[in-house]
Amino acid sequence: MWALRGGRCLRAAWSWGGSRLARGATGGRQIDQNPEWQLEEQKPLPQKKVTMELLDHLERLALVDFRNWEGVERLEKAIQFADQLHEVNTEGIEPMDSVLENRCLYLRGDNITEGNCTKELLQNASQTAEEYFEAPPGNIPLPKLEERESFLQDSN
Amino acid sequence: MAAPVSGGGRLCRLAWRRRAGALHSGAQPAALGREPGKVAAAQSGVAPWRAVVGLEVHAQISSNSKIFSGSQVQFTAPPNSLVSFFDASLPGTLPVLNRRCVEAAVMTGLALSCSINKKSLFDRKHYFYADLPAGYQITQQRLPIAVNGNLSYTLCVGAKQSQMVTKNVRIKQIQLEQDSGKSLHNDARSQTFIDLNRAGVGLMEVVMEPDMCCGEEAAAAVRELQLILQTLGSSQAIMAEGQLRVDANVSVHHPGESYGVRTEVKNINSLRFLARAVDYEIQRQIEELENGGTILNETRAFDYKLGCTIPMRDKEGKQDYRFMPEPNLPPLILYDAKSLPANIDDQQVVNIDWIQERLPDLPSVKRVRLVEQYGILPEHSFTLLNEDGLMELFEDVVRETQMNPKKVIGWVISELLGHLKQYDLTVKESPVNSLSLADLLNLLERGVISSSAAKQVLEELWKGEGKTPLQIVKEKRLELIQNQRELDQICQAVMEGHQEEVMEIKAGNKKVLNKLIGLVQRATQRRADPILVKQILEKKLSQ
Repeated sequence: MWALRGGRCLRAAWSWGGSRLARGATGGRQIDQNPEWQLEEQKPLPQKKVTMELLDHLERLALVDFRNWEGVERLEKAIQFADQLHEVNTEGIEPMDSVLENRCLYLRGDNITEGNCTKELLQNASQTAEEYFEAPPGNIPLPKLEERESFLQDSN
Repeated sequence: MAAPVSGGGRLCRLAWRRRAGALHSGAQPAALGREPGKVAAAQSGVAPWRAVVGLEVHAQISSNSKIFSGSQVQFTAPPNSLVSFFDASLPGTLPVLNRRCVEAAVMTGLALSCSINKKSLFDRKHYFYADLPAGYQITQQRLPIAVNGNLSYTLCVGAKQSQMVTKNVRIKQIQLEQDSGKSLHNDARSQTFIDLNRAGVGLMEVVMEPDMCCGEEAAAAVRELQLILQTLGSSQAIMAEGQLRVDANVSVHHPGESYGVRTEVKNINSLRFLARAVDYEIQRQIEELENGGTILNETRAFDYKLGCTIPMRDKEGKQDYRFMPEPNLPPLILYDAKSLPANIDDQQVVNIDWIQERLPDLPSVKRVRLVEQYGILPEHSFTLLNEDGLMELFEDVVRETQMNPKKVIGWVISELLGHLKQYDLTVKESPVNSLSLADLLNLLERGVISSSAAKQVLEELWKGEGKTPLQIVKEKRLELIQNQRELDQICQAVMEGHQEEVMEIKAGNKKVLNKLIGLVQRATQRRADPILVKQILEKKLSQ
């Protein structure tokens, strides 16, 4: 997935920045204004075409309808933007999950401190029945591309 | 392990054959073969099939509060009453890890001989379902809390189930994760109702390697895991309440070839169904392949009413869980005696060594002890551990009687447990407690009553009228005749009334003696000690 690949590079980039700073330090002030590393001459990245299969897959996973070609273009631009991260040299740098990854994980005692707020919880729900949230029937598989009403069909 | 025979090899020796062969080989479990008329297409030669079964077991952690929030964990409560804002994934809420859940997982890992990872990580696993309001589940995908363990379990084999075989299944990993909420479907009106009470309850997912080969093995492994969890207290593991849920991965292949495509049978919530679902799935795959079909890598559900597995329709063919590191939880660090830093808040430390030292005796250790201490058979030690509270009852009875434990075990298992099973009662519900059973066995041991009278007393005790065994003995006049002269006279009378039999015995047909003993027993309403009667009769006959 492009999103995941992009994400991994992003972490690497953070890690690179962190290598010169105290690890785990927080606060935007400490971001290095003069990095040692420089982006090599910006080559125009090739615009990747999103395939029909990928669009179909994404629509299924995200339950999102791209609706029209404008949406697809926006997606392609987003991918292109994220792809810039591939330019960062991450050779030999351990990936980083978060700037807080060296912090202690606080452990809570096993005590009951919350709950009993059904009314407040259900306030936000668009549909409820008695004390339940009401949802549309779950996980109806999206119909196959040929069968569903999508602009993607016209392109076939 | 106490069991006399060791299973040895990882793969089951039992080879699955096509149905026509299996019917004759006797290797086929009873749950199968329910379409006797159907025979797989005949092919030349017998190509045996080997089945491979791996399990993922979700065990609900026994804790007061949920794994990442302070709401209560309870099986029955009004819908959405045990839900915090975090559990409903309202914006701005963050997970706070429950220390108890970490300890339970470490304990379980140690009991299953796992290596405990001193650093483990949390990840998000994404999928859309209405009972998972965040759109992802927090789990441990990259680096789970425990890895590389082992579980030994024993099952009975042979025609009379009399031989015990011990087998091993490797534990791949144990991971901490959240449970989802519950959906109630109203198909008729196509509505789904969501109750988030279970959302966020702590789970341990125990992943077992595919080292099993049939439903019975899978069920035996899960049963042993269940006993271990219950002994540790890390999970109550009550299957009927969904505290132990099993997913079974099943595939078949010919020996020497690589593993076949596997299917996953999801959410099995009873041991019996587990065995049936796995065996059904194995047989289905064999038939499918022998009929020239292919196995799809799919998830299936077990329909216990139909006794078969069916494809689950609610999942898309290809899952993409889009795992990513959970940004709101830094790595979980555990300590041991060596790595424990000074000046650290005790409440923030989970010390592996400390937990190891306090592990209770595991079921396997208890069984060995029972066999050694009381001289009982290994299979009896399994029965004692399998029934909740039966081991305690047995030990209480042994403590209170002069009877040899080897004799006590017979009464506990054949009489007491047999009766409980017949009436579908648990040991706790038994109308006969350890004290009255001990009293009864003492009467028997002291020669006050015969063993058949003891069984009669037990029958009375089942009625639960609160009488003591001795009261029943008195009321029913069940005491053995202690008076030697009285017995003598009865024996004499029987002999005189049955001259023919007496002549036969005297002529050398010793078997007829048993008939005379029986007649004496009848005359005394079974109140005579048969050994004593035999002695008296023999003495009289030799005169």
